[in-house]
Amino acid sequence: MSGPRVALFATCLTDTLYPDTAKDVVRLLERLGCEVDFPLGQTCCGQMHFNTGYRDHARKLAESYADVFAEYDYVVAPSGSCSAMVRDIHPDLCGTGPAVEHTYELSEFIIDVLGVEDVGAYFPHRVTYHPTCHSLRMLGVGDRPLRLLRAVRGLELVELPLAEQCCGFGGTFALKNSETSTAMLADKMRNVLDTGAQVLCAGDNSCLMHIGGGLSRLKTGVQTVHLASILASTEEEPWAAATR
Amino acid sequence: MGGRNPVTWLGSPAFPKAAHEALANTQLRRNLRKATTTIRAKRAEVVSEMADWERLRRAGEAIKDDVLANLDTYLVRLEEAVTARGGVVHWARDAEEANQIVLDLIRAEGTDEVVKVKSMATAEIGLNEALQASGVNAIETDLAELIVQLGEDRPSHILVPAIHRNRAEIREIFSRRMTEKPASDEPKDLAEAARKYLRRKFLSAKVAISGANFAVADTGSIVVVESEGNGRMCLTLPETLITVMGIEKLVPTWQDLEVFLQLLPRSSTAERMNPYTSVWMGVTPGDGPQKFHLVLLDNGRTATLADKVGRQALRCIRCSACLNVCPVYERTGGHSYGSVYPGPIGAILAPQLVGDMHDKQAASLPYASSLCGACFEVCPVRINIPEVLTHLRAEAVEAKGKRTPEALAMAAAAWVFADPKRYEATQKAGSLSRFLARDGWIKRIPGPGAKWTDSRNAPAVPKESFRTWWRRNRVERS
Repeated sequence: MSGPRVALFATCLTDTLYPDTAKDVVRLLERLGCEVDFPLGQTCCGQMHFNTGYRDHARKLAESYADVFAEYDYVVAPSGSCSAMVRDIHPDLCGTGPAVEHTYELSEFIIDVLGVEDVGAYFPHRVTYHPTCHSLRMLGVGDRPLRLLRAVRGLELVELPLAEQCCGFGGTFALKNSETSTAMLADKMRNVLDTGAQVLCAGDNSCLMHIGGGLSRLKTGVQTVHLASILASTEEEPWAAATR
Repeated sequence: MGGRNPVTWLGSPAFPKAAHEALANTQLRRNLRKATTTIRAKRAEVVSEMADWERLRRAGEAIKDDVLANLDTYLVRLEEAVTARGGVVHWARDAEEANQIVLDLIRAEGTDEVVKVKSMATAEIGLNEALQASGVNAIETDLAELIVQLGEDRPSHILVPAIHRNRAEIREIFSRRMTEKPASDEPKDLAEAARKYLRRKFLSAKVAISGANFAVADTGSIVVVESEGNGRMCLTLPETLITVMGIEKLVPTWQDLEVFLQLLPRSSTAERMNPYTSVWMGVTPGDGPQKFHLVLLDNGRTATLADKVGRQALRCIRCSACLNVCPVYERTGGHSYGSVYPGPIGAILAPQLVGDMHDKQAASLPYASSLCGACFEVCPVRINIPEVLTHLRAEAVEAKGKRTPEALAMAAAAWVFADPKRYEATQKAGSLSRFLARDGWIKRIPGPGAKWTDSRNAPAVPKESFRTWWRRNRVERS
């Protein structure tokens, strides 16, 4: 008997820059009994184009997404932002359909579909969690990621002050208004450092790329780790700090 | 008629450049962090008391949407009601027409000094400047507006226009401009100095000018809500009252006010109810102003109304909750937006009222947001500000054309994403960047990418993308 047929939508950013996160999603979902596929026709959800004002490009990418993922029971993305793009914006661009309706952000899928909170993970580190804006306000994932983190053995979860304030990434905002983006980043980093955590966790590699880029520039010694990598980590195969 | 719309200030740089200056202002950063953090917490508290807050927001949205959909009917109804009660209604297409109407009305009263109730509509049309150019002195009586006016400054917040000033600066401004100088920079002494200064003006002014928070179409009632009572003085003492009101400020019936008088104070000052709510209908013989003029202002609103997505900005009741929660506003302050309407609402309202995305400053405003969505969450009339921001960005892109470096880069990215094989080849090519990296990080990217690496390291592209790994391990092995 096989579990639900799940397509991984890796997102272009994770596919290209953070392949380990995608491998961790596969490892985690297979451990939880899913049959995971990665349709090679996938590329990008079109969020960068849409949010910057290039709707025609975004529409073509949304159409392609609808084709590539149409036949799966579930589509799971390790990103609140890209899941929100698919669920909130794709219907406006090219109508809804099975791909859109079956798309879940990782923590939603684990809790709502698989009905699991304790995924059997082990992560013996002090961790603080940043709820990314789109996962929080567009998708409404609520405390699902925190419920998953609380069930991880060895993990010490510390609350991030002013957690719900944007980190300042904002896609092309980080370049177009780089100085304002940096001012927002500075405050986010200060709050992260105040927690004394060694790991900052979030459900979006885009925000983590921005915050992590700042934390490493300043040699803070704080690592950024995607939620999937914490949940994939076990006593047998523990997470290893990346070189960067 | 014609000319540029003064809703954005002539000569203001585009947002990123203006923000550059503001971000370096340590006093501004400190004032804003303190003020916005305090008001955010207070608002959250008074909103959480309301079990039916979400239903109130939906009601506010529905009432305003009905007003916008039937604006022609309601405006005529308002005109009839105001006229029947002894008021005179004037229609102004733009700032220039509105300013001329007000000036002519003041001249007809034979005065050259008027007192003003805090009003966004008159700030939007640059009324004070227009009057001054014609020899009429308009005195702001709202304390914060007075600080801005005496400091020859510009407002930086919808509700608290002098939010960028500290009390030492206010004392300095008052000392320079008032004959009776404040005794110290204690708030009590600053307020006392303003009170003495303003009392004389209230008692001598023949004409007052106000805006309106709401106008009831059925009854012709005009409503102004405020905290200080200075507005009430203006609305009751002078012989003549001139109200300038945007055409979208209507509510259909008296009952509808119930919704907004709950939504507005909690969203703006984080109070359960504001201290002063003034309501008047036309003219009442022997009581208050004996002449009442209502100037109905378009100034870009009809054009905004024609835009299916953008029109929701006209639901705005000027509470400034979106400014107070905005992480961009908190750091850049209001002046960076170059408009009397700063913050998230300004970023969608000002460019629409300007109505020209070839205007570089106006076109920069929809990009002054990380699209975090905090504004939409608090908006009492549920304006989906992020939706309008991306909508206006698409208009800005349209106006700039397809040959800009950004448009070419976006087209190139779309071309790469259009074909998975091409995409994988690009990943492979990009992975060569890892040779520029140390410890997995790139410290400096040349060209436009420097805007990233000025403050952040960039991750190097790993040797193998996920899709290549998947193909090698899962597809080719099975």
